[in-house]
Amino acid sequence: MSREEEIRASLFDDTLNGRAPEVKAATEEGLALGMDPMDILFKALIPSLEEVGRRFEKGDFFVPEMLMAARAMQGALTILRPLIAETGAQPVGRYVIGTVKGDIHDIGKNLVVIMLEGAGFEVFDLGVNTPPEKFVEAVIAHQPDVLGFSAFLTTTMPMFKVNIDAITKAGLRDKVHIAVGGAPVTEEYAKHVGADSYAPDASMATRLAKQLVGARNEASAGAQALEQAVKLIDETLKKG
Amino acid sequence: MVTILTSRGREVVVSIDRPFVIIGERINPTGRKVLAAEMKEGRMDRVRADAIAQVAAGAHMLDINAGIPQLDEAALLVAAIKAVAEVTDVPICIDSSIIEALEAGLSAYEGKALVNSVTAEEERMERILPLVKKHGAAVIGMANDETGISMIPEERVALARRIIERAADYGIPQKDVIIDPIAMTVAADPTCGLITLETMRLIRDQLGNNMTCGASNVSFGLPDRATVNAAFLPLAMHAGLTCAITNPLVPEVRRAVLAGDLLLGHDEYAMRWIAGYRAEVAQAARERAAPA
Repeated sequence: MSREEEIRASLFDDTLNGRAPEVKAATEEGLALGMDPMDILFKALIPSLEEVGRRFEKGDFFVPEMLMAARAMQGALTILRPLIAETGAQPVGRYVIGTVKGDIHDIGKNLVVIMLEGAGFEVFDLGVNTPPEKFVEAVIAHQPDVLGFSAFLTTTMPMFKVNIDAITKAGLRDKVHIAVGGAPVTEEYAKHVGADSYAPDASMATRLAKQLVGARNEASAGAQALEQAVKLIDETLKKG
Repeated sequence: MVTILTSRGREVVVSIDRPFVIIGERINPTGRKVLAAEMKEGRMDRVRADAIAQVAAGAHMLDINAGIPQLDEAALLVAAIKAVAEVTDVPICIDSSIIEALEAGLSAYEGKALVNSVTAEEERMERILPLVKKHGAAVIGMANDETGISMIPEERVALARRIIERAADYGIPQKDVIIDPIAMTVAADPTCGLITLETMRLIRDQLGNNMTCGASNVSFGLPDRATVNAAFLPLAMHAGLTCAITNPLVPEVRRAVLAGDLLLGHDEYAMRWIAGYRAEVAQAARERAAPA
């Protein structure tokens, strides 16, 4: 195993086990060896956090382990983000999220934020007790791919509908995918209020968001591949 | 300070020098799919069974919540309260954040109920406290406001004080406000447990009110929640918690409360502890005789 492979393996392992200092050290060592920041992110850190999500979903991992893993990854991201920004790379997608007005529960929402950031999304977290107009402003300002509402109470769930109406009224409904979640929320209720999707947990919320932007990114990846192929043929012809 | 809750035929006394009061938490459709589905169809069999089982397991009161999305919560809550009254006569805790449901529940109940709950948000206090007064009920005051839940114990105490003062403005005596110092999970933040316990200590010493909390919250997101919940209860009892909304069907919880009472001098000659032990032995013998 090359040193780079070793670094990838230990980044995966240490992120999974929430060892923040080790993750930071391995990230720095990898960069010093000339590893690509994108390589570190996509081949070690993101797969590790995805594994954390899978284990959490299965009930093998618990909330504190998820938070520890996310914190470990956060340390690496602080180093990698500016480097990746320099290369002009775009985030996987943009996501605006908040707990609805009248509701101050945020553990579940925070888990979604962690998982999304882990998956490479740029996340705009509006916090708790978020009034509809704040969601509207954020959609205008950040043009997210997905807008997520969280509610923990049966009495605050009706805010989904109020928020969606506000988004519709602002003429933004067809510009953004709306996802909802929270302890008392069901698939049926999500449909009833006119949301586009529902996720029962953070891991699923992230997977849905990735699928959503993935569909579009794959198209552009396809276009890129075609461009590359044309370029290659062009060069080959010139040489010929 | 002594808070008395009543039903037609029973009285429950909550006080720091009395045995701890368990408010059974099970009658709540949130997160209980089967119960929610049955309640939705207007079937109250499981509500009744839950009431009987919790009282048999040591619940002194029962929390009743009927919050199911898209349904008439007031009507459902009244139906659940009536169903519970058919099978037991322990006092109840009427649990809703919808004012109309609280009002309907209070009107349908014969006795002095505990209202779950009001926060220190002005808008909520203005609407809920007059109802509490009108029906001669007691109320749980949660130590948070519209800005959220403070992580500073003194700030939670200040909010508790505000609720008590506002209740007094409406003619509700201090003893009829049971403060919820707010228990949150230690899974998200390891300091949560200590902050809650410190808040309890301050409220006990500065205000003297009875206190309750959603005691099962502390373990959310962790494995083996029963053991964590069971450890939390005696710690909280020593810090001033006098009742809790929790699940008496969990043996660890039931035993922890009995042991806490015993150790804090609220179980003379360990009579309740011994009775609890005998009941479990007898139950185990019955189960051996007739395996389920």
